[in-house]
Amino acid sequence: MSLISEGADFRGPVTAGAGLALAEPSSATVGDYLALMKPRVMSLVVFTALVGLAVAPGSLHPLTAFTALLCIAVGAGASGALNMWYDADIDALMTRTARRPVPMGRVQPGEALAFGLTLAAFAVVVLGLLVNVLAAALLAFTIFFYVVIYTMWLKRSTPQNIVIGGAAGAFPPMIGWAAVTGSLSLEPFLLFMIILLWTPPHFWALALYRCEDYARAGIPMLPVVAGEVSTRRHIMLYTLIVVPVGIAPWLLGYAGALYGATAVVTGAIMLTLAGQVLRERRPVERACRNLFAFSILYLFLLFATLLVERGWGGLIARLSA
Amino acid sequence: MGRADRPIECVSIGIAMNEPDKDEGIVLTEAQKRARRSRSIAIALSLAALVVLFYVMTLVKGPVVLIRPM
Repeated sequence: MSLISEGADFRGPVTAGAGLALAEPSSATVGDYLALMKPRVMSLVVFTALVGLAVAPGSLHPLTAFTALLCIAVGAGASGALNMWYDADIDALMTRTARRPVPMGRVQPGEALAFGLTLAAFAVVVLGLLVNVLAAALLAFTIFFYVVIYTMWLKRSTPQNIVIGGAAGAFPPMIGWAAVTGSLSLEPFLLFMIILLWTPPHFWALALYRCEDYARAGIPMLPVVAGEVSTRRHIMLYTLIVVPVGIAPWLLGYAGALYGATAVVTGAIMLTLAGQVLRERRPVERACRNLFAFSILYLFLLFATLLVERGWGGLIARLSA
Repeated sequence: MGRADRPIECVSIGIAMNEPDKDEGIVLTEAQKRARRSRSIAIALSLAALVVLFYVMTLVKGPVVLIRPM
């Protein structure tokens, strides 16, 4: 799962264009609208935002912290809905996404658009009114970046789509930090960089074994455009960059020994798995699946360790304040 | 086209409005009715939660609620 990926891994029948032009009353259920919000992606966004919020210095009332996380979650859901509205045509062509509510005709494109815009407006305004303006501005920019820069522009135009677009998924820890401090510094920027640099190897591992899906939809993912060998090299290159960046919070004194050990060990495993993807000839799918699965665990362990080591005490203190 | 024409138009409209409405418009199926009801309940609950959130946050923040630092 990626912060900028498409959530659930559907394997149902492709129903290209089904229901897209229907004009009858909506049969969309609440569950369909929840699916539009990409709950799996949302959960990872909330988790990384929680870490940013918990490691930030200063105090925040528990209810304000809850409000901040709620708004970030709703903002992520809005981004997902707007993404599904815009990408309905290519979602219908891909096995993984064909059973989403819009390509299946359960939710009309206009409904998805209205839902996404409403959620986005509520999330940004409430965050600005009840928490602070900087956090709200960052959330608004994140939604704009994901929907306009990534979904509408980069995704269909360049194989570097997820390299730049990954920034959208990297903002939540900065928003969490900004919600507490009302400012930004190097530490949340490091968290941002970890997610940003983690996204390409994670997503390209998926794209390597879903290459036909992306080719059919005409999305210029790196394996489609540059080929398998080039993608394997890129995966290794970005893994070589993300591992030291993952260790940097410990080296710079922002995290303790537990985090340092976790970052070193899990980073070594990431490098090993990326090496297997680079070396393995046929079939490459198993090595890619291993890297894809472990990369999720890698990011989770880094942030969870930071939460336990740096943020847990502060979070409990805030909750009991 | 003079003023004298207008009463005739009004009469014809009046007759049309008194006619039974043969076109019943869009008729929802049971599934659509259920879906609409569940959506309506979800919207109502969301709005109620928003009201409660603002109310409690106002109590929590007190007068500071009007101060929103960057």
